[in-house]
Amino acid sequence: MSGIILDVLSYVLFALGLFFFFVGSLGLIRLPDAITRLHATTKADTLGAGFILLGFVLREGVSLLSIKLILIIVFVWLTNPTGAHLIGKIAYEKKEDQQ
Amino acid sequence: MFIETLVMVLLLSMTFISLVRAVIGPSMLDRLIAINVIATKVTTLIVLVAFVLNQEMFIDVAMVYALLGFIMSVGVSKFVFKGGLES
Repeated sequence: MSGIILDVLSYVLFALGLFFFFVGSLGLIRLPDAITRLHATTKADTLGAGFILLGFVLREGVSLLSIKLILIIVFVWLTNPTGAHLIGKIAYEKKEDQQ
Repeated sequence: MFIETLVMVLLLSMTFISLVRAVIGPSMLDRLIAINVIATKVTTLIVLVAFVLNQEMFIDVAMVYALLGFIMSVGVSKFVFKGGLES
């Protein structure tokens, strides 16, 4: 019984992650500027990857595999905003140079 | 198993949508953002492949891919900023 509940919960998490990935891709295609594209993709993609990996953690239970998955989540949540901060800084300074 | 395959196909189509921006992006920064997004998506895709094929060692591949994506992002952004790779 608890296995079925965990499976359904992981499917809900997959759907949420796919939704956020889709929003990020849509923003990347439709928005007009480099900074706005960065704004759309960074947060949505980080959250989407976290949701999908968390779904697998729920399905796997307590094991070495889920520890590795949590490690991937922590790493993505640390590095993705750092890289976005770097890209945003460069975009801002390039824009200042042009004016 | 069917659900995981469906998630894989949808995620792969979103990766191709992001690849369109990497190809047509007007400036180098747009391409850098698109490649960053693709790296995150591919990390998730490798984990999905590991669960669909029941190969636990692919999780380690996903960890290494996340590391490489971050290093690539930092290196290319430094290259864009300074116009060269020296320190």
